[in-house]
Amino acid sequence: MSAAVIIAMKNKSSAMYAGRPHVLLERGWLAFRSSTWIPVVTGFAEPVLFLLAFGYGMGNLVGDVTIGNTTIDYTAFIAPGLLANSAMNGAIYDSTWNVFWKLNESKLYKTMLSTPLGPMDIALGEISWALIRGLVYSLGFLTVVSVLGITPSFWALLAIPAASLVAFGFASFGMAITSYFKTYQQMGFINIILLPMTLFSGSLYPISVYPDWLEKVIMALPLWHGIELVRAFWFGEINSGVLVHIAYFILMISAGLFVTSRRLRALFLR
Amino acid sequence: MSKPLISVRGLTKKFDDFTAVDGINFDVAKGESFGLLGPNGAGKSTTMRILSATSTRTSGTVEILDKDPEKFGPLVRAHLGVVPQQDNLDGELTVSENLFIYGRYFGLSKKFINGKIEELLEFAQLEEKRDVKVEALSGGMKRRLTIARGLVSEPDILLLDEPTTGLDPQARHILWDRLFRLKEQGVTLVLTTHFMDEAEQLCDRLVVMDKGAIMAEGSPQGLIKEYSSKEVLEVRFGSDRNKQVAPQLAQMCERMETLPDRLLMYTEDGEKLLERIAAANLHPTTSLVRRSSLEDVFLRLTGRTLIE
Repeated sequence: MSAAVIIAMKNKSSAMYAGRPHVLLERGWLAFRSSTWIPVVTGFAEPVLFLLAFGYGMGNLVGDVTIGNTTIDYTAFIAPGLLANSAMNGAIYDSTWNVFWKLNESKLYKTMLSTPLGPMDIALGEISWALIRGLVYSLGFLTVVSVLGITPSFWALLAIPAASLVAFGFASFGMAITSYFKTYQQMGFINIILLPMTLFSGSLYPISVYPDWLEKVIMALPLWHGIELVRAFWFGEINSGVLVHIAYFILMISAGLFVTSRRLRALFLR
Repeated sequence: MSKPLISVRGLTKKFDDFTAVDGINFDVAKGESFGLLGPNGAGKSTTMRILSATSTRTSGTVEILDKDPEKFGPLVRAHLGVVPQQDNLDGELTVSENLFIYGRYFGLSKKFINGKIEELLEFAQLEEKRDVKVEALSGGMKRRLTIARGLVSEPDILLLDEPTTGLDPQARHILWDRLFRLKEQGVTLVLTTHFMDEAEQLCDRLVVMDKGAIMAEGSPQGLIKEYSSKEVLEVRFGSDRNKQVAPQLAQMCERMETLPDRLLMYTEDGEKLLERIAAANLHPTTSLVRRSSLEDVFLRLTGRTLIE
């Protein structure tokens, strides 16, 4: 009996999961080592450029921002929101365009599913890889912000796990959505949704400026929850609202994983 | 006789109204080289996907090493090496990385795979290309690497879907040589092809498929003996005259097939038949005497040629 069969016999789990999502990370690393670094750098640079343009440019016009009964410098106000954005960008980059490529062009997932791997291995592995990219982006952003002296306290370090949760949520959701897209035109919708969400979700100003209905719409979107979550940890203002944001992302992650693995099975094991 | 590795009974696959595979039966024994021969659209690839536990069936039973691939997908796939019709190598990785990561998908240890890589690179004659990205390889090299990749898990059965389609003649011969070596080593091969010469070279036994059904089963020689004559005389009189002379010629041989460009006359002795045609004062523009092949078997069974 071959080693591969002995390994497969030990795995008593379902047809959906072989317990090896980490091999996806190994594959991601092998491919990444020799790929171009340009998309990585640009994805990371975007929120940094926002911080510089808005923080130092607009910041001089705006002055300080008052939320509740605290008043803070404008640049300090936008930094945590942009950190959440950074985490989202990293996660979305891998879980949408890269996943689209592997689904429809290189047929990588189809190949993987002709081995003992299951759809859940692929979903978990790829989403973790996207999550790692989101985490790296947010760490990079935090470093820049720290160098600029905008981090308020050590609480800001806790914003990193919060940003990871945000990245996980977007990675999971992004891959689920992408699994339904067949053409590049459909993929364009992702950008159409992302840009306004980035601009209007409250990273650059408090959403209390909106009329009531619009405020409610924004509060239903994931990025607002991400920004509020990261901001809460950033300033060390933990309240019960944080639990709602965390619950929102756990729901988003679970739904994304469920849909993605089902979808992979429907696409390649029928 | 020991239990077959693969056992298929009444296998049917429908896509909406279209029946791709229509109630087929066959067994594959250990160490055997088994072929599915038929034209495009015969249901060969659909059958292969069901065997490789990546497609479900509409009805019938399939057992691979006593396991139903639909219920034990991952375990069944651990027994198989799969070489799909279209190369699906990982274009972002090098030759050796492709072998490495594929082994990792099976959960094999890094040590085990690294030992295996040397052996597989040698088998695929790609030692000098180990650090080259696969996109830079020729079609034949890619196909050899895909086969080597399928062997990394030391499979009990190697499934090959149209292994030489799209390759030039030289690359095909190299590939046949590699596959023949595997056969000699006792690897069980299941392959689909629409090339009769490939089926004759590689298969111990084969089924002829057409429109989702099995038309005949046997060894290449056995099928030729059963469904065709020893020799075939191919004659051409020019496209207009072919039809005119056909009725007269048909009475001179056991059986005749009229193709658009030529007439195939089935006989035990082609040269003698050609002499009789000349004696009847019919003078073909070209003539050729050859042995019967699986192509003739297919023509007899379906009235059509394999490659249309």
